[in-house]
Amino acid sequence: MREIAVVAYSQSPCVADAGATNEVELIMPQLQAVYSQLGLASAQDVDFVCSGSCDYLQGAAFAFVAGVDALGAVPPIKESHVEMDAAWALYEAILKIRMGHADSALIYGFGKSSPGELPIVLSQRLDPYYLAPLWLDTVSLAALQARLLLEQGLLTEHDMAAVVARSRHNALANPLAQLAGEFSVEELLAEEHFVAPLRRADCSPVSDGAAAMVIATVEQARAWGAPYARITGIDHRIENHNPCLRDLTDSVSTRQAAAAAGVHRGPVDVAEVYAPFSHQEILLSRALELAPETLVNPGGGVLAGNLMMASGLARVGEVFRRIINGEAGRGVAHATSGPCLQHNLVAVLEGA
Amino acid sequence: MSEPQADVTVVKSPVYLKYRFTAGSAPARFLGRLKEGVLTGQRCPRCSNVYIPARGSCPACGVPTEKEVVLSDKGTVQSFTIVSIPIPGNPIEPPYIVANIVPDGANISFIHLLSECVNEEVHIGQRVQALWKPAAEWGYSMDNIRYFRPLDEPDVAVDRIGKLPVTGLES
Ligand SMILES: [Zn+2]
Repeated sequence: MREIAVVAYSQSPCVADAGATNEVELIMPQLQAVYSQLGLASAQDVDFVCSGSCDYLQGAAFAFVAGVDALGAVPPIKESHVEMDAAWALYEAILKIRMGHADSALIYGFGKSSPGELPIVLSQRLDPYYLAPLWLDTVSLAALQARLLLEQGLLTEHDMAAVVARSRHNALANPLAQLAGEFSVEELLAEEHFVAPLRRADCSPVSDGAAAMVIATVEQARAWGAPYARITGIDHRIENHNPCLRDLTDSVSTRQAAAAAGVHRGPVDVAEVYAPFSHQEILLSRALELAPETLVNPGGGVLAGNLMMASGLARVGEVFRRIINGEAGRGVAHATSGPCLQHNLVAVLEGA
Repeated sequence: MSEPQADVTVVKSPVYLKYRFTAGSAPARFLGRLKEGVLTGQRCPRCSNVYIPARGSCPACGVPTEKEVVLSDKGTVQSFTIVSIPIPGNPIEPPYIVANIVPDGANISFIHLLSECVNEEVHIGQRVQALWKPAAEWGYSMDNIRYFRPLDEPDVAVDRIGKLPVTGLES
């Protein structure tokens, strides 16, 4: 099988409101950043382009097509899109390269969530007959999941607050983070519940922004001469769309994806886990069977800033960055989609 | 015992989502000048094409377009259609003409109405000019232009449509 590597990555700051900026204007600076890391002129210099976004976020029909204006698609390019987090655009691009249809690919994800009410907007991805008509929002669903974990004694509100405190602390060293600071567990627990048992700080913020990445065969990566990290495993699994038909206290799909991606074939120095709610970081760390010495979300994770449709790709990008900076030799990136961690992707990255 | 009930075959579940839509930085600048009665485009620094309304990038080159360019309100018909069927909610009485019009100084057309013309005589390459509403009615909208109407100027050859400078045929 062809070896594939991440060769360039860039992410915008997570901001609560990107103001007048449209999707093209959000994407372009990130594309220019990855081009400059490799000395590319435009998307014409890669074999394939795949993006991840969701038109429901900004409430603009065909916003994903408008995003193509950022690419420079004359003469025509090979381009695709997933109505999902761009981590799945990465997955599509990897398949394309593995099949020999491309040697390199540009992947980008973008989300402008501020124009709508995100938890309500996301309720419309539930099944349209039973759950979507109830307007069951994502925070309430996550609260049900946290309640199950608490009632079964699998974690405490103190554990959840400790996740938040660590995220806010780690985010102090992350210039792209939206929320950072020093908070004690006691301070966090003193805050009132938002949707019990969740406090506001247990929920990732609503953020606007974009991320871009270039991947290539290891041969192409060497030809470009840029530092790279090999993607040695990737897999994704999905569970039932009805949260009532799943064990919400575990993530079977994450366990399966982790096994298939080969997470446990070596030590994990760093893990970037896409946990939009504090209790989910604990749940996912267990499902990934991470060792105590593994650094989890050293940049604060998505509790410090959550770029819908780009955060999953950003988890892979963060592991890439740590590896090429020499901070880690082997890392795991996780992305999620759907209510209460319905759909999970796990990737393993290793140094060159 | 309760009465047997008929099967439920339809459930109504309307979807309403509220958004605070923003056009984008480049479109916002375009709309700002439009409110002053000025059509502007943006020039690509790489291929020099001028786009109206600009979205902030050259879709052909994939580079940011940052320079505003003032355009003429005179233009050329690139294509058109005669609408004969009433559209619900549209106050305009058919038959009327919807045209792709390239303003002088730009390389891409926008869609607007064409009026004060003999519908059967409208043709590709025809010269037209905007009829603006009174300035007091101007807002952030292309409706500031009531419609375009024919100009008494020679036609533009098909291969020159979308390539005229802002000075039009005079140059
Ligand atoms: Zn251009």
